[in-house]
Amino acid sequence: MAADSYDDVAKNKDSIPELEVAPQDLYHAKSFWTKYIFCQDAKVIGIQYALVAASIGMVGLVSSWLMRMQIAFPGVIPMDPAAYYQLVTMHGMIMVVYLLTALFLGGFGNYLIPLMVGARDMVFPYVNMISFWVFFLAVVILAASYFVPGGPTGAGWTLYPPQAITSGTPGGDGLGIVLMLVSLAVFVIGFTMGGLNYVITILQARTRGMTLMRLPLTVWGIFTATVLALFAFPALFVAGIMMTLDNMLGTSFFMPAIVEFGERLSYDGGSPILFQHLFWFFGHPEVYIVALPAFGIVSDLISVHARKNIFGYRMMVWAIVIIGGLSFVVWAHHMYVAGMNPWFGFFFATTTLIIAIPTAIKVYNWVLTLWRGNIKLTIPMLFSIAFIITFVNGGLTGLFLGNVAVDVPLSDTYFVVAHFHMVMGIAPVLVILGSIYHWFPLITGRFLNEKLGRIHFWVTFIGSYSIYFPMHYLGFMGVTRRYFEVFEGDNFTYSITGINQFITVAALITGAVQFVFFYNIIVSSKFGKKAGKNPWKACSLEWQTADVPPTHGNFGKELPVVYRWAYDYSVPGADQDYITQDTPPSAVANARAEQT
Amino acid sequence: MESNQNVEIVVPAKQSFATEWASDQKAFKGVPWGKAMMWIFLVSDTFIFSIFLISYMTVRFSTKAEWPNPSEVFGLHVGDYNVPLLLIAIMTFILITSSGTMALAVKYGYEKNRKMCGYLMLATAIFGASFVGMQAFEWTKLIMEGVRPWENPFGAPQFGAIFFMITGFHGTHVTIGVIFLFIMTRKVFRGDFDTGRRGFFTSQKSHYEAIEIMGLYWHFVDLVWVFIFAFFYLW
Repeated sequence: MAADSYDDVAKNKDSIPELEVAPQDLYHAKSFWTKYIFCQDAKVIGIQYALVAASIGMVGLVSSWLMRMQIAFPGVIPMDPAAYYQLVTMHGMIMVVYLLTALFLGGFGNYLIPLMVGARDMVFPYVNMISFWVFFLAVVILAASYFVPGGPTGAGWTLYPPQAITSGTPGGDGLGIVLMLVSLAVFVIGFTMGGLNYVITILQARTRGMTLMRLPLTVWGIFTATVLALFAFPALFVAGIMMTLDNMLGTSFFMPAIVEFGERLSYDGGSPILFQHLFWFFGHPEVYIVALPAFGIVSDLISVHARKNIFGYRMMVWAIVIIGGLSFVVWAHHMYVAGMNPWFGFFFATTTLIIAIPTAIKVYNWVLTLWRGNIKLTIPMLFSIAFIITFVNGGLTGLFLGNVAVDVPLSDTYFVVAHFHMVMGIAPVLVILGSIYHWFPLITGRFLNEKLGRIHFWVTFIGSYSIYFPMHYLGFMGVTRRYFEVFEGDNFTYSITGINQFITVAALITGAVQFVFFYNIIVSSKFGKKAGKNPWKACSLEWQTADVPPTHGNFGKELPVVYRWAYDYSVPGADQDYITQDTPPSAVANARAEQT
Repeated sequence: MESNQNVEIVVPAKQSFATEWASDQKAFKGVPWGKAMMWIFLVSDTFIFSIFLISYMTVRFSTKAEWPNPSEVFGLHVGDYNVPLLLIAIMTFILITSSGTMALAVKYGYEKNRKMCGYLMLATAIFGASFVGMQAFEWTKLIMEGVRPWENPFGAPQFGAIFFMITGFHGTHVTIGVIFLFIMTRKVFRGDFDTGRRGFFTSQKSHYEAIEIMGLYWHFVDLVWVFIFAFFYLW
């Protein structure tokens, strides 16, 4: 693996490149407020992001419980159709934007990027701190929509006009939809501040010897996802502004001439399809904003816990970048039934199916990394393997939905629900859970409880398959999604009811076990088994800090110097089965593969 | 920090690009953090304005009503004549001029010529403020004539909506720029960039690069105006 054949570092043993990045001038907190609340340390900001995202994520989780109860056991929890649509909408929006995006980029990004690239902090710690508080404000605005007259919006997470802002839709004539749009706009502003930080830290503030092709794949995944977010969120931002104006001022950007309850509204001449294009120009890259960090993180987890270098590192990097690029030219595959020109659909079907190539490369490389590796079935490893399987399953149904002719009958059925929950719901969440088990010893210095962890894994894994596998079948049966209730009567609906009840029970159990996980986190952070330094024997820099958990400034007095990539596991001839990134070549003279 | 390094031009651009990206520490050699951040922010902001303009074009095609003639709507009465686009021409001229003064301010900043730099920054800020002032005048005139976001007497209701939204969003950018220009002018005259005084919020040392970063933003806002001018006022 000649990662840097044109790099002088590889040729001269132990040669240390000249310092190009000036030492960072960190603000050292003096009071409680600047240390824990308005903190400028990326690690604390990351944890703040994660906690807020997890808190609002619990609202999303409970929403899904309530929805499932209504579908399978109508009447047990009294609910009208409006409330059901509000649950659907808020569940979708919270999970995609406020949980997954914020957790991966804000949470893992903030915590891991400076540590993994060997920086003392993000390049603009103050802006980073503001970024979190703007995100917090966005979450508060979102939560506020539960308490306004009419409640939150029930337009579906895609917020399609005209129905999103007409009075028949819950929250459509009140403040619900406005608060949702404002919250999204605020989120975009906050994210942009953070995102610029992540990108510049990775590009311009790496430590000596850390070339781009020596970055752990986690960093590559978060980096590419952040770039996608910086270029995709503007579409959401603009669409949000225009829809707010349509709603508040009566402009007609998205609103055609329309009759509501027998009364002609004042709108005229707008284009609802324009909103769909703008939304999905954001919405499709958003899928990869969630998926790419998961791809990156899982590569690292697999490599560490299989004690083997990642297979095809360069291909993995390029696959991430190519998937990122392609994600900007596939958005209209969400709109096959919107009445597009068929040639348009043909183009988008082609680009969509091309994505199968780089993703397949990634899956093969994960499997080949496992192949003949020294696999340790730790909890992160279990979650990683579960991720590969789930991602393949979800990806295969993507091939169905990417084709126009197959998509049209399956559109708006439970098949679609099953597909995207598998591929961008369960799969990234499995990675998040696995990586929390992996990095918890770094963050707190203690392991999570092993027994509870294994229970958590198996219930989550089997549970989520019990939920989403039968949904494919429901979709083929023609059960439409977002319906408040399935009418009972004939044999057809009889079998559907049975399946729905099974799914609901599985969903309740799978959701409940997440609270075991939260309990595990709280208790283990205080009473867990002490982990010590580098408990997983990992190579990457975040484990090589002077203090565990790392303190403000990350690396003590001297920043580490990097001599190799992050995957020198089981190198033949080396004393240990891993060589950390900051081990100079002279210290591992016997190793037979230290030219990387 | 290193900036304005005299890089030898003998290295072919393709090769230097490859070696810089394959090297450690920095992908853009000699580019300070703040400058790189501003560039990437501007790319992101470009997406915002592009989407605004593309939406404008889409809506202009989707609406059934006649699109108003910008030469008439934006004309000014001078004496007995209706001069088309007079105000916009002056506004555009002023904004482009402010780009020139900004560029000179950057030059004098790097030469550590505190006074010239400060005066030119001040001139840029005043030009920007007068642009915003004239925009306010234009808005007032149109509102007096009955143009509203939801309707206008000239034709398609989207005309007013798009006009207020896009020029409003651009005007907000200019206003933010003007505010920062005034703050920076004060800092220049106080000598913050010579003494390396620490920022009130960020506690980071001040540096003349801040003026160039400010300049990048300002030139971007001007460039966007050129597109808005072309697509909205001339089409």
